[in-house]
Amino acid sequence: MTAATAKSPSTTPATDTDADALRIENVGRRFGSTDALQGFDLTVRRGEFIALLGPSGCGKSTALNCLAGLLPLTDGRILVGDQRIDVLPPEKRDFGMVFQSYALFPHLTVAKNVAFGLQMRGVGRGEIRRRVDEALRLVRLEDQAGKLPGQLSGGQQQRVAIARAVVIEPRVVLMDEPLSNLDAKLRLEMRTEIRRLHQTLGLTTIYVTHDQEEALSLADRLVVLRAGRVQQIGTPQELHDHPANWHVADFMGYRNLLDAEVTSAPDGGAGGGDGDGAGVEVRADGLSLRGLAVDPVAAGERVRLAIRPSDLVVTDPAAAPGTSSASGTSGVSGASAASGTNGAPASSGTNMIRARVEVVEYQGREYAVEVRTESGRALHVRSDTAPQVGVDVLLTLDPARALVYRFDLDPADAGRSSDAADRAADESRPPAPDPIAAEAGS
Amino acid sequence: MSAATTTPSAPASSGAEGAPRPVGRPRSSASLRHRLADRGIDGQMLLLLPALVFILVLFVYPFAYGLGLTLQPTQETVETWGGGVLANYVRFFGDSFTFASVWLTARLAIPAALFNVLFSIPLAIKLRHRFRGKRLISTLLVLPITLGTVLTAQGLLIFAGRQGWLNQALMGIGLVDQPLDLVHNYIGVLLSLIISGFPFAFLLISSYFSGIDPSLERAARSLGAGWAQRFFRITLPLLAPGLATTFILTFVLAFSVFPSATLVGNPSGSTRVLAVVAYRFFGEQFDYPMASTVAIMMGLAELIVVAIVLFARSFFYKGTTGGKG
Repeated sequence: MTAATAKSPSTTPATDTDADALRIENVGRRFGSTDALQGFDLTVRRGEFIALLGPSGCGKSTALNCLAGLLPLTDGRILVGDQRIDVLPPEKRDFGMVFQSYALFPHLTVAKNVAFGLQMRGVGRGEIRRRVDEALRLVRLEDQAGKLPGQLSGGQQQRVAIARAVVIEPRVVLMDEPLSNLDAKLRLEMRTEIRRLHQTLGLTTIYVTHDQEEALSLADRLVVLRAGRVQQIGTPQELHDHPANWHVADFMGYRNLLDAEVTSAPDGGAGGGDGDGAGVEVRADGLSLRGLAVDPVAAGERVRLAIRPSDLVVTDPAAAPGTSSASGTSGVSGASAASGTNGAPASSGTNMIRARVEVVEYQGREYAVEVRTESGRALHVRSDTAPQVGVDVLLTLDPARALVYRFDLDPADAGRSSDAADRAADESRPPAPDPIAAEAGS
Repeated sequence: MSAATTTPSAPASSGAEGAPRPVGRPRSSASLRHRLADRGIDGQMLLLLPALVFILVLFVYPFAYGLGLTLQPTQETVETWGGGVLANYVRFFGDSFTFASVWLTARLAIPAALFNVLFSIPLAIKLRHRFRGKRLISTLLVLPITLGTVLTAQGLLIFAGRQGWLNQALMGIGLVDQPLDLVHNYIGVLLSLIISGFPFAFLLISSYFSGIDPSLERAARSLGAGWAQRFFRITLPLLAPGLATTFILTFVLAFSVFPSATLVGNPSGSTRVLAVVAYRFFGEQFDYPMASTVAIMMGLAELIVVAIVLFARSFFYKGTTGGKG
């Protein structure tokens, strides 16, 4: 909602943009025989806020360190305007960096920490004082100027680190998971702070995170990485609404990923992109579902179905129309485990899934509910009311909101690393997404 | 720790000391124990007992005894130097032959300690990063720790003596005409002190280095600091307290040098260090009180240097340096 709609205020005219753009061309970095980063292409406009998003080990920190010059490139080049900067040592690049661990100089006061970069640039003493004061005022730490970093709280330290990076007015600000060491409340505050600073200063920023909420709310554009490769680049809305593959979908809050097989694909699924979607029919875990094919798929192909929890609408089986026709084998409260045909597409075109409520989490305005289908598959759904644990419910799903993806992410190394990436993604995802995540792009 | 736990009864009962005790709240035994624990007195104090006995028996008593000895000068000393019970001290400062040893010892110990500290820094910097052969190099650097000073001295005599390999090799390639005098003098002892003291300094400084968060240097780089600026503005100030400690340790080790001063030095001349002088009084002149006096003064000289270094150290930042150390 915030970042998605509010473009950077310092968006400059096209002619000016090109001259100062940061161009990352085919950048790659190998460690031994493993590609930590491969074929990274990106042009960043001046003043743009870019988030590199991905699970741990996806190459986002490698990318940042390559930009900062702390890691030499194995392939490609980096340019600012026409100047090639990947050949410069870090101290000559004029990039400000904010570290995950803050990396404040513990023996220097807050003011001296902030002044450090200016001193290195040989700025005059009077101007240093003026600019340090200004930077500290910007991060609201003017009262703490004389303290040592150890005397500050985590959030204050992070603000010093940010002030230190932006006071030199660098060409690019690099931020390496700057909020990951803060508690949840402070993280939200600092997120707003970072966004506010970016709107004030308009500095080109590249921000690394594994938190999709953070990325969606802060960035003008997102780059999703997996196993060293770019999966998708786009605005928060684009990524949120149209993930390019199931991995991106997973990161964008499609918590339900179902392995499935295509049973029928009328026109190769290709026509599914517009309108209410001819779509395809897939079979997953004993469920027959109708979905929208994002990639062209053929009948019999292995696919992965991505569904957002909020798109699975919980209805009371007794009240829902068409209940009897969809799964008429059992009563309202009966455990109809025998029914293998459960979840067949209803005549209206809406998918119906019978499931039993297992876990209910209160999340402010709504409830995050985990249900289990009769075939034993756990699904994450959202509900406005708190369903009773153990009760059978009926889930309805608009076929247009059930995205069908090809199973293989990269044709080159299909299947080899997808499991590992899967696991990494699971681990790095916050256990229960904040309601804001669901709102961010809607 | 139990000392850190706050008990609800402790403040209540301590507040009741002056005023009449509230009815129905008898002072329980638990309360006393908790109040003692609040002041750091608990059963775990017993763990200190062995160390206390050790210090009393093996340090405090002998030290006090030695100090007492210094105040009981021999008849001969009192007659020659005067000064009553302080005759030994009068002799120490008055006898230029004895007093000069302070300078002779410092002349060995301070350069050796400085060398060990300063040359450990670049090695510790290099060995921070992973590279091929790192383990081999650090093993070689630390190995001399295992050789005692006597073995080192013996090796030096064979290696660097007038007929040693080093001199033969140097003469063989025509670099020198005369064999270099590297042993039985100041240089021999200095070399021996460096060989035995360097591993300590290197190990200590390496561990101090690992205590500095490497991202600090990266941060300095990203802010535009070149090599020298990073070292002198970030690394060195954070390392300084560790350097001071290391200097003190290697200095004290070197200041009390005895074996190598006799074996590879010139104990009656240029390397007549305080330990040698004390030994002479004890072993050759059987003047036990004077030997004690020299030993006490040796400790005092060390204390002065240590105090100066610690005073200087107090001006540096000594807090956390963010690393794993």
